[in-house]
Amino acid sequence: MKRGPSPFNVVSVALGLAFLYLPIVILVIYSFNASRLVTVWGGWSLVWYRELLNDEAILSAAWISFRLAFLSATAATVLGTLAAVSLTRMGRFRGRLLFSGMVYAPLVMPEVITGLSLLLLFVALNVDRGFWTVVIAHTTLTTCFVTVIVQSRLIGFDRSLEEAAMDLGCPPFRTFMTITLPLIAPAIAAGWMLAFSLSLDDLVIASFTTGPGATTLPIRIYSEVRLGVKPEINAICTIMIAVVALGTVISSLMTKKGASQRERAALGAPV
Amino acid sequence: MVILLPYLWLAIFFLAPFVIVLKISLSQSVLAQPPYTPVLDLTAGWQGLKEFAAQLSLDSFRLLASDSLYLLSYVKSLQVASISTALLFALGYPIAYGMARAPRAWQPMLVMAVVLPFWTSFLIRIYAWINILQRDGLLNDVLMRLHIIDAPAAWLSSDTAIYIGMVYSYLPFMVLPLYASLEKIDESLLEAASDLGCPSWKAFWLVTFPLSLPGVAAGALLSFIPIVGEFVIPDLLGGSESQMIGQTLWTEFFSNRDWPVASAIAIALLGLLLVPLLFYERLQQRSLEGGRT
Repeated sequence: MKRGPSPFNVVSVALGLAFLYLPIVILVIYSFNASRLVTVWGGWSLVWYRELLNDEAILSAAWISFRLAFLSATAATVLGTLAAVSLTRMGRFRGRLLFSGMVYAPLVMPEVITGLSLLLLFVALNVDRGFWTVVIAHTTLTTCFVTVIVQSRLIGFDRSLEEAAMDLGCPPFRTFMTITLPLIAPAIAAGWMLAFSLSLDDLVIASFTTGPGATTLPIRIYSEVRLGVKPEINAICTIMIAVVALGTVISSLMTKKGASQRERAALGAPV
Repeated sequence: MVILLPYLWLAIFFLAPFVIVLKISLSQSVLAQPPYTPVLDLTAGWQGLKEFAAQLSLDSFRLLASDSLYLLSYVKSLQVASISTALLFALGYPIAYGMARAPRAWQPMLVMAVVLPFWTSFLIRIYAWINILQRDGLLNDVLMRLHIIDAPAAWLSSDTAIYIGMVYSYLPFMVLPLYASLEKIDESLLEAASDLGCPSWKAFWLVTFPLSLPGVAAGALLSFIPIVGEFVIPDLLGGSESQMIGQTLWTEFFSNRDWPVASAIAIALLGLLLVPLLFYERLQQRSLEGGRT
């Protein structure tokens, strides 16, 4: 479609974006509000950020969540990339239907079901619940997101590069490491970031699979939010939004740079 | 070789747990840890298997069918999911259509703008709405200043709040598949229609809309399925008078500690979602593998 947008098109996109961003903007602004009440503007202030620094419980929960997200995103990236490669490159194999079913199902499976079933597995295996059970749960949840992102990239690119390398006598594993991996690297990075932010965000699955001593940030925030709005929560939310926004900007710049390098390489120009 | 690692991981941590849920949903609750009875004793061999089979009971499922509380929460979940999906479609379609009609150079940025909120925490976005909807929140403040209402209205703890939360959280899930299918439509088809004297609203209805149907299906499934089992949104924004099925499962598990009933709810929920899930799987496979020759 390429005809110009009508006023109706412009208005609907603008209203849609306003609807998506306004609540977040309001939240960020109120994290700097000196007053405790949402409706009363008490002037700009960093008081809630200072308060946050003294909140031992929130800080330790944030540290746990951060380590958790790092570990599970890394494991999910390895598993998800392997799954994507086998789904796109191996053609038909026995159990393919079951495999692709297992890969796509967690994407939309209600979290209460995934959480409950993983917990019951850990109980059946007699595993003590805590940090590591949440790592396993989050890895399982986020693997499928990595797979879908990497898979769409693998389908999109030119296989003749791989074939050329193999024709010239490059063994398959080396071809994968030197040709395929650099080409799909942006998708792998994007997959890792998505896995990281999903793990940082998850409340339901973590609540089911966690144990004593492993209270994640969302669990902490959730228990505070149930008691009502607190300005400190606005502050921690703003910090999390800033981290995610920064990460997204960096990764999109990286992808853009990678893309323009690839284009130049494809045109035969020196990179 | 390559496939073995992810295959095994998913088999152990995704597939096997469902078998266990099914097993526990068929057992009886007891006051112990873990709070359910039959444990399959494989060392006892055939005899153990027979005893295990004899102990299986449908009590939990009977309870689900007999107590109207459970039935009501299933109905409520389906109702919320259907209405939310319809609202999402009504709001998402003009947005996706506008994005597809925007200048080419703008489109990646618009897609990014729609995706970005999805990357920020789900919990934070719901919490942001509490700031707005609470009794002394912004919405009441603005409405009262504009003299639309005289006294603060209770927005929070209502179905309205649930619908706002659902539409807000799942909008990217609806807009992106719609945009993907609208953006692919060949402009020359619409030109041909207009050359043959078809008014543009009719061309939209006869050409554009039918060609965007795969996107409509994908968007509807991607929203409907997770909304049915949603827990956080109804728990934080909704009222306490009626629960969605995700909340009922949560209460059975964490408050009542009745694991067999919680498992039975999960199995029944899965059964409810089986048809949309299968549809979704087929769509997903077709869209991902359709590009391959």
